[in-house]
Amino acid sequence: MSTGHAPNPMRTPLGRVRGLGSARSGTEHFFLQRLTGFANFLLMIAFVVIVIRLAGASYAETRAVLGHPLVAVIILLTLLSVTVHMRLGMQVVIEDYVHTEGLKVLLIVLNTFFTISIALAGAFAVLKISLAG
Amino acid sequence: MADGSSRAERPLSPHLQIYRPLFTMMMSIVHRVTGVGLYFGMVLFVWWLLAAASNTPTAFNTFSGIAGSFIGLVVLLGFTWALLHHALGGLRHFMWDFIRGFEPRERELLAKATLAGSIGLTLVLWVIGIALKG
Repeated sequence: MSTGHAPNPMRTPLGRVRGLGSARSGTEHFFLQRLTGFANFLLMIAFVVIVIRLAGASYAETRAVLGHPLVAVIILLTLLSVTVHMRLGMQVVIEDYVHTEGLKVLLIVLNTFFTISIALAGAFAVLKISLAG
Repeated sequence: MADGSSRAERPLSPHLQIYRPLFTMMMSIVHRVTGVGLYFGMVLFVWWLLAAASNTPTAFNTFSGIAGSFIGLVVLLGFTWALLHHALGGLRHFMWDFIRGFEPRERELLAKATLAGSIGLTLVLWVIGIALKG
């Protein structure tokens, strides 16, 4: 019976260890955290303008602004970029402080559930406001 | 294996509990703490969006009332600062990714600029917000 760790003379040592570190991944995590961090920085500027515009605004006014296509797209992009960044960041925090294997896996799963829920709940709300109007 | 006497001569690996707290180190910790705070703070943002998306203004008015209360404003002020601090801390990390700003003086200056910048920008944004809304 062969396993992923069985010696295979056709593969180089690098090829055998690639993707088999404790995190099962390498540069994608690092690169995606930087990419979303950069996107978050740009999106944050637009987000701050929208929030200041809507500070203390009424229900009707808030819906009118959030329903504007440009605002809706900016918020959808923000939700996507921010939740990917949140998931990667919290994963590192969990891996740094939780050393019990079962609890660590459970928390990483909950991290995924939480961030995807935030993304989809927010996107649903924005789309409902935009498409209803 | 090494015996007791030779083990005593080895330098100890720096460890959080025995490290004298350094400003740059505290700022690194604050970057992580603000990140975790923003992670859970995103619930408030989605709450606002969902309240605005509901068919009647009831849920939205509840949110507005809580957000506009003293505690709500303190939380929003904290969220603003955490967001700006984490964003500026992120810029610092981008500089480091391009192997810039690693000298002791530069690190110290960047850490101070991050803290001063986040507090300053928070005040500027809130002053603009209050000025526009009266």
